Amino acid sequence: MTIATAHEAHEGHEAHPDLRVWGLLTFLISESLMFGGFFATYLFFRGTTEVWPPEGTEVELFVPTINTIILVSSSFVIHFGDMAIKKGNVWGMRFWYIVTAIMGAVFLAGQVYEYQNLGYGLTTNVFANCFYIMTGFHGLHVFIGLLLILGVLWRSRRPGHYSATKHIGIEMAEIYWHFVDIIWIILFTLVYILNIL
Amino acid sequence: MTRVEFPPHLPPDDNEQKNLVVGHTLHLPAWKWRDYFTFNVDHKVIGIQYLVTAFVFYLIGGLMAIAIRTELATPDADLIDPNLYNAFMTNHGTIMIFLWIVPSAIGGFGNYLIPLMIGARDMAFPKLNAIAFWLNPPAGLLLLLSFVFGGSQSGWTAYPPLSLVTAPMAQTLWILAIVLVGTSSILGSVNFVVTILMMKVPSMKWDQLPLFCWAILATSVLALLSTPVLAAGLVLLLFDLNFGTSFFKPDAGGNVIIYQHLFWFYSHPAVYLMILPIFGIMSEVIPVHARKPIFGYKAIAYSSVAICVVGLFVWVHHMFTSGTPGWMRMFFTISTLIVAVPTGVKIFGWVATLWGGKIRFTSAMLFAVGLLSMFVMGGLSGVTMGTAPFDVHVHDTYYVVAHFHYVLFGGSVFGIYAGIYHWFPKMTGRKLNEVWGRIHFALTLVGTNLTFLPMHKLGLQGMPRRVAMYDPQFVDLNVLCTVGAFILGLSVIPFAINIIWSWSKGELAGDNPWEALSLEWTTSSPPLVENWEVLPVVTHGPYEYGHSSEVGVLET
Repeated sequence: MTIATAHEAHEGHEAHPDLRVWGLLTFLISESLMFGGFFATYLFFRGTTEVWPPEGTEVELFVPTINTIILVSSSFVIHFGDMAIKKGNVWGMRFWYIVTAIMGAVFLAGQVYEYQNLGYGLTTNVFANCFYIMTGFHGLHVFIGLLLILGVLWRSRRPGHYSATKHIGIEMAEIYWHFVDIIWIILFTLVYILNIL
Repeated sequence: MTRVEFPPHLPPDDNEQKNLVVGHTLHLPAWKWRDYFTFNVDHKVIGIQYLVTAFVFYLIGGLMAIAIRTELATPDADLIDPNLYNAFMTNHGTIMIFLWIVPSAIGGFGNYLIPLMIGARDMAFPKLNAIAFWLNPPAGLLLLLSFVFGGSQSGWTAYPPLSLVTAPMAQTLWILAIVLVGTSSILGSVNFVVTILMMKVPSMKWDQLPLFCWAILATSVLALLSTPVLAAGLVLLLFDLNFGTSFFKPDAGGNVIIYQHLFWFYSHPAVYLMILPIFGIMSEVIPVHARKPIFGYKAIAYSSVAICVVGLFVWVHHMFTSGTPGWMRMFFTISTLIVAVPTGVKIFGWVATLWGGKIRFTSAMLFAVGLLSMFVMGGLSGVTMGTAPFDVHVHDTYYVVAHFHYVLFGGSVFGIYAGIYHWFPKMTGRKLNEVWGRIHFALTLVGTNLTFLPMHKLGLQGMPRRVAMYDPQFVDLNVLCTVGAFILGLSVIPFAINIIWSWSKGELAGDNPWEALSLEWTTSSPPLVENWEVLPVVTHGPYEYGHSSEVGVLET
């Protein structure tokens, strides 16, 4: 960082792009520790309870598996958008980001569908407590990611707002989306796959 | 030394930059008082906002302490209702930790000094910085509001199942308050990490970074890694309280131990959040007032990092009596004792810096030396309790209370005072009055020892903490503690008078009253809105006192 960029960082009270990416990454490290707290709680109960998940609160696999496929592939889709804007192709970026947003919305809808058909609720037992807290908090993060993507799309209305050299907002939304995806992979392994094995 | 040379050796295009800056900030009158009540994005305003707000909460928490000690002057619960006593006890701890020490040491000094020390014009994210500050006042109000609903009564640890049965509404408000300050802490830490790593003036090498910056960097990393875990635990507690889940309800399959793990995974590192910045302040104050280069710069810098790393692996020492298995006690005893090593490195570094120095016993130095002795006592009792067999004996007695007050009052609060006396001239352009400073120091030192020294004995004899009633055999020592607490309460008065009087009428300080060499003293006092007319060029380290190049005043 040169003197000039450090100064510019203060000028418009808007941080230099490098700073913003580092800021987001630092924040996401912190966020992942929060999920870490939930995962640790879950593993603690898993390790200290004889039958896990307890009878009557088994997980259902079909919808979450489809959801996982959708979310993981959306990470590639959003990256196509990032590649497009780096070539200066705003329309391409918008296309891929709209596709990502739809995939995110389908994921959330799938989660709601899953909740409705599981047959047990938040307070049924400790497994259900953990299940709803963890998937719920992750769903909240998907929702925030969705808002970020919609924000990018809204801002891209203005001509020249994003270009081949100016696309930090797009990149930040992408990083956040990848983060949400990585957390989901861990969550899916813990809650669904480990319980099937 | 750090020397600012005018005209600076900057390439021509940077001189253009200079004109741009001068064009709109040239000797603006620093700030009007109104600016401190607004959403201001200047790191210096935010730093002072943090310090003043935190001090107000210190007074509130202090009054609660006085109420607690007054109640404890007699063995019976005769002055205040026991439930109210519990609420005072809980909120005293909560306020002192979350709204006084952490925000003033990290938020206050960190925000004010970090950009000045590394030659930046502001923090990396000025708006985020202001948001982080403005989360604090509502958090404090929520805590005070909880008294309307009976006050949270489960102690600052909020252990379930107790926290699930006493005053649920107040406990909910308590959780929301802690989540707010936790968010503030995380946002602040993101800002510090990015600022220190990315915005250092290019001419400053890593081994020229002031030790305070190393300390804040380590602190921020620690806060980033531990705070969210507490947030996770509190969210679960919140759901247990309000939404019918049973994470911590043993009768419904829950388990209270997991809460303790989540809580202490944050709250043990939190003691380093409270002391690491203070270590940083010590490393700045001692060399300046002893006129000597700091002894073992690298050792002190790396020991901050070491404390940060080891500090994450010791939390179970708070849980030795929670049915923790033997192998775990062993592991956490050893890791706890290891933390004493980097801490000792720092202590020896400071003592060696004092050794043979040309010591000026200013108020700042008095508090720094006071801290050294108080903190060593607190550290030693910490080592004793870190060993599981001894801890089992004194667990939840006044020995623990004595220990952490020596660390947190004799350590952190003394350090904050030292920092205020040291940097007040930079912040306001005026010096604090030294006579009042000495009175303040004398009262604080006597008050601290009178209040907390007898508690060691009380604890060893078995007096439990956190209760309003106790066995009459402990009454004499308790009276002594109460007298000490009143002296401590009184000690704030000369300090407050000094601050208020000196801020408007104190002796003018000039840019560098202590003849210090770190970067913040190279700008005017108080600094300009964007800190420097021209960003400084660093040619020497910040602690090279007594070298031939040392100069009393800046060459401008």
